[in-house]
Amino acid sequence: MEVIAKRPATLTATPFTYCPGCLHGVAHRLIAEAIEEHGLINKMSGVAPVGCSVFAYKFFNFDMAQAAHGRAPAVATGMKRARPDMHVFTYQGDGDLAAIGTAEIIHAANRGEHISVFFVNNAIYGMTGGQMAPTSLPEMKTTTSPYGRNVDDIGYPIRVCELLDTLVAPYYIERVSLLSPAEIIKARKAVIKAIQYNKEGRGFTFIEFISTCPTNWGIDPDKSRDWARENMLPFFKPGCFRDKGAEAPAAGGTEVKS
Amino acid sequence: MSKILMKGNEAVAEAAIRAGCRLYFAYPITPQSELIEYMAKMMPKVNGTFLQAESEVAAINMVYGAAGTGKRVMTSSSSPGIALKQEGISYMAGAELPAVIVNVQRGGPGLGDIQPAQGDYFQAVKGGGHGDYRMIVLAPSSVQEFADMASEAFDLADKYRNPVLILADGMLGQMMEPVEFQPAKTQAEIDALGEQHTSWCICPNDDGDAKHHHEINSLEIDPQVLEKHVNKMYEKYAVIEKDEIQYDTYNLSDDNEILCVAWGTASRVVKSAINELKAAGKSVGMIRPITCWPYPYEAVAKAIGPKVKQVYVFELNTGQMLDDVKIAVSGKVPVKFWGKVGGIVFTPAEIQAKLEACF
Repeated sequence: MEVIAKRPATLTATPFTYCPGCLHGVAHRLIAEAIEEHGLINKMSGVAPVGCSVFAYKFFNFDMAQAAHGRAPAVATGMKRARPDMHVFTYQGDGDLAAIGTAEIIHAANRGEHISVFFVNNAIYGMTGGQMAPTSLPEMKTTTSPYGRNVDDIGYPIRVCELLDTLVAPYYIERVSLLSPAEIIKARKAVIKAIQYNKEGRGFTFIEFISTCPTNWGIDPDKSRDWARENMLPFFKPGCFRDKGAEAPAAGGTEVKS
Repeated sequence: MSKILMKGNEAVAEAAIRAGCRLYFAYPITPQSELIEYMAKMMPKVNGTFLQAESEVAAINMVYGAAGTGKRVMTSSSSPGIALKQEGISYMAGAELPAVIVNVQRGGPGLGDIQPAQGDYFQAVKGGGHGDYRMIVLAPSSVQEFADMASEAFDLADKYRNPVLILADGMLGQMMEPVEFQPAKTQAEIDALGEQHTSWCICPNDDGDAKHHHEINSLEIDPQVLEKHVNKMYEKYAVIEKDEIQYDTYNLSDDNEILCVAWGTASRVVKSAINELKAAGKSVGMIRPITCWPYPYEAVAKAIGPKVKQVYVFELNTGQMLDDVKIAVSGKVPVKFWGKVGGIVFTPAEIQAKLEACF
């Protein structure tokens, strides 16, 4: 029988701990495949966050650190500065990156740390049981916004790509979605590019994945993808915000965008 | 080697670099700013990494990441900043990472002031961060000792894969004294120190197709596994308690009528008072814990001579080490305490008066 798809060597045999219909597994696989494609299995290391993907250190088959809530970009900074010959990425959810870790992500991006950040946005806290995230949508009901997110009281969702795009240093920023096979193929290309820039030492790269949380949204997996398409994509528009590599493919990461 | 007149903050930074520290992450705070400034100036000259973090929280997590690669890494701060670092310190203890942290204490609580104080004893030796862990705490009483402890702290951190705290204060950070540095470690020695960590640290694997999966982690979701991990750490702590206790004594003899216990800057003032009393024919001895954890309980108990009628504890706080002295004395002799707070250092005359009242 012809093998047309197999587990990349960059993933361990440990079964994922994610709920049925959750797209963390897809995001993991895209990252793992990109690392394998670029031949970085022996040079890559990652930082796992707190939240549903807290066990990412068990799933990726190379050296991994597990960080405190929101601190993954600082931990990755320490790792990369200590071992510049090593490649480093962080994997973070919306609560981890856009709430408790807001300072760390903004400053790591602003320093242009030579790391890749993979940000999974499903507009809700997953592991803690469906509380409001900084990316929860206006009027969205969660266990801590039971009457719907009231933007007059607690503000609007934070668009992280747009926020980071105001900074001079980042090299590559793109938002992709994981809601259909076609979008996953697009996401795959973005991840491969981010890892390529990482391999080439170009600078700070950031990929946001629009994802789902069937369990905490209380919507079955198929419908949850429709819900994300109808509600999340208008607010979090997919697209490439910044690609200094495309602007100046051979120049490296020194150009300044004003 | 000749002696150099240096500020404590600069001396400890220089000593750390000589001890092989090539990564330093911190955030400015008074009265330790000369330390971060010295590192900013000197690290690039030794091909080291200096990074001013966006916060103390970020700084300690950068230390966590760098320590996870097995390299010698340090951070420093003063009391309110150390409080912010406690999250990271707990994670480092849990993940068993070696790193050196310097606390140049100032008055508290809260923002307090920027004068010398010893109000962080509880924070340093009784926890500070969450969970069941211990941190080796070294308390210097001179600029020389402050510098010597940098090298020692790195060795202890590597030996036990545990964070080590140097608990100084604004007096030691700001004062200038002559310092003699230990010979700098050679690059080969520094590299060898890094090599000893390759069995667990995060590092690239250059051995062809072979890959490793090292985890730097403090999460054990299975309670049985966590119980085993915490118990294993406590076996390590028991070894440290057995092998690493340090203390100093001053004018200790069988004629002592009073035994003083003081640490760090406070002990210098007590020494002066003891000298004055000695000239007046009165015998007072002192024991000074150098390691605040592990604490020299037995040594304090043994320092109580046959004629001692009073144990007197002096600290620049409201009596934090006092609890440990009481444990050591176990009610055999009365224990008194006097301290100054607000960032005010007591004078030898004040200590002398307190001691004279006991005769």
